[in-house]
Amino acid sequence: MSSIHNAVLDLRRLDLLANGDSSIHRLDARSKVLVTILFIFFVVSFKKQELGAILPYFIFPAVMLALSDLPLLFIVRKIAMICPFVLAVGIFNPLIDHEILVRIGPFGISGGWLSFFSIIVRSILTAGAGFILVGTTGFTAVCHALQRLGMPRLFAMQLLFLYRYIFVLTEEGSRVSRAREVRSFGKKGLGMKNFGSMVGYLLLRTWQRAERIHLAMLARGFTDEFHTRRTDRFGVQELIFVTAWSAIFLLFRLHNIPHIIGYQIAHILR
Amino acid sequence: MHMADALLSPAVGTTMWAVSAGMIAYCSNKVRKELDDRKIPLMGVLGAFLFAAQMINFTIPATGSSGHMGGGMLLAILLGPYAAFLTIASVLIVQALFFADGGLLALGCNIFNMGLFPAFIAYPLIYKKIIGSRPDKSGITIATIISAVVALQMGALAVVLETVASGISSLPFSAFVALMQPIHLAIGIIEGLVTATIVSFVYKARPEIMQSALHSGHIGQHAMRTVLLSFVVAAMLTGGIVSWFASENPDGLEWAIANVTGKEELEGAKDGMHALLAGVQDRIAFLPDYNFRKSETIQHEALLNGKNRLGTSVSGLLGGVITLALAFCIGFALKRRKNSAA
Repeated sequence: MSSIHNAVLDLRRLDLLANGDSSIHRLDARSKVLVTILFIFFVVSFKKQELGAILPYFIFPAVMLALSDLPLLFIVRKIAMICPFVLAVGIFNPLIDHEILVRIGPFGISGGWLSFFSIIVRSILTAGAGFILVGTTGFTAVCHALQRLGMPRLFAMQLLFLYRYIFVLTEEGSRVSRAREVRSFGKKGLGMKNFGSMVGYLLLRTWQRAERIHLAMLARGFTDEFHTRRTDRFGVQELIFVTAWSAIFLLFRLHNIPHIIGYQIAHILR
Repeated sequence: MHMADALLSPAVGTTMWAVSAGMIAYCSNKVRKELDDRKIPLMGVLGAFLFAAQMINFTIPATGSSGHMGGGMLLAILLGPYAAFLTIASVLIVQALFFADGGLLALGCNIFNMGLFPAFIAYPLIYKKIIGSRPDKSGITIATIISAVVALQMGALAVVLETVASGISSLPFSAFVALMQPIHLAIGIIEGLVTATIVSFVYKARPEIMQSALHSGHIGQHAMRTVLLSFVVAAMLTGGIVSWFASENPDGLEWAIANVTGKEELEGAKDGMHALLAGVQDRIAFLPDYNFRKSETIQHEALLNGKNRLGTSVSGLLGGVITLALAFCIGFALKRRKNSAA
């Protein structure tokens, strides 16, 4: 039906995955956030045309997916829906950059194509890291982790409120959208003025809802805290997790593993 | 358009992250000090509303294709600059985490591009000035459209600057700008129209919302701040556009040196401290010769350094395939072990 419905289902599913129980799930959220940020940082730190050297980084999503029992096909499908903007910009690289940098037999691969594939690899890795973070940690835990790492409390509260009401409001939005779809006789919507009043109506109801929430908050003596079930503990396991992955990322950054492997094998075969 | 991790370099990414984080802290402080308890659930719920509204498409009049709204301008009009910035930031974070709409490192850029310009530049400097203190329907429409256009133009320009500064894409600045700006002009006009219809609807239905939004959350009594902001914007625009026309002729000193020694710059010593520092400067110089690092420089570098790396390319390809296979095998083996242990 409407894409809003599917998007919300996706959202729910990814969030429900965080309730799983695996060694990765049990790690403190802060360690996972730190490692994910480090991972992304290292992946994007490569120069434009480096492709082979980035490939070893696939070991991070591979290991995390294996250990955490996240459904592989689901994550891969989400990664495949990469924002087309990146591809649209990246495709210019092969068109602009013609200098041949790599020769394989009679074929030459230009720097443009190398950088294009490098961009694709980066997209896959960075998107994957994000999904794995949410799938193993959950949004609320990530917010708490960020707050412990220095994010302002008000903003953390904003994120948690937002998250709590996304499901309610997308439900309403999806109802409104479906109602319009059913009345459109195959056309895509009923025009901009109609959209304006539809969304405006949604906005007014949202505003009233906010006022009711505020009264409910006052009635219950709400303070700044959102209480969660999980307690945070940064222990030995988390330390090992962070240091081990950091060391691996650093190693891959400093040494071009595929080249070393390939060179050794070519050497042996000769 | 959302900026992506794949097109970003660590330097640009972390800088923008620092800027956005600073702004989030600043805005959080401001909103807290406002002492209006109602704002807090309102921000959360309006954020969720924006999230939902972005998923509802509308048909664009002339073309027949469909689009969806951005909403930054709408939030700025309803919430005021500080709260709107926080709300936009929170929506972007959720989008990045759950839909990879823009990467995690690129969040800093996206929050800046899509939060700062509508909330702190278009809203106070354009929308409020045009509206005055008594909004009426045509005033709202004109103000909203102009604000949306300006905000999106600046946002698009910022994306271009961030991409070119990162150096991962080969698109030159001029071509990229020529692509992005016209597209975002059209998007801006449509966004403005859509926002205007929503705002007029709200104004007709419940005018007190508009009134309370107008009179709360002004950016502060400092005219200085507005002036400073305008200067920042002007500097950006001047730097970005006027530099196209910058002269390549040598400046006074270089001309003098050229006349005396026959070269425009004197060469430094080849070794010792001077050479070491020169080497460091070469590497970290963000804008050598006031230019973005041209792709030829990077390629040349890659060739020189890469003589060892890309030399035997067959081995490189072989190594790459093996590495990938290794990574997946390790993952697979771990999964097998886990399933058999369970």
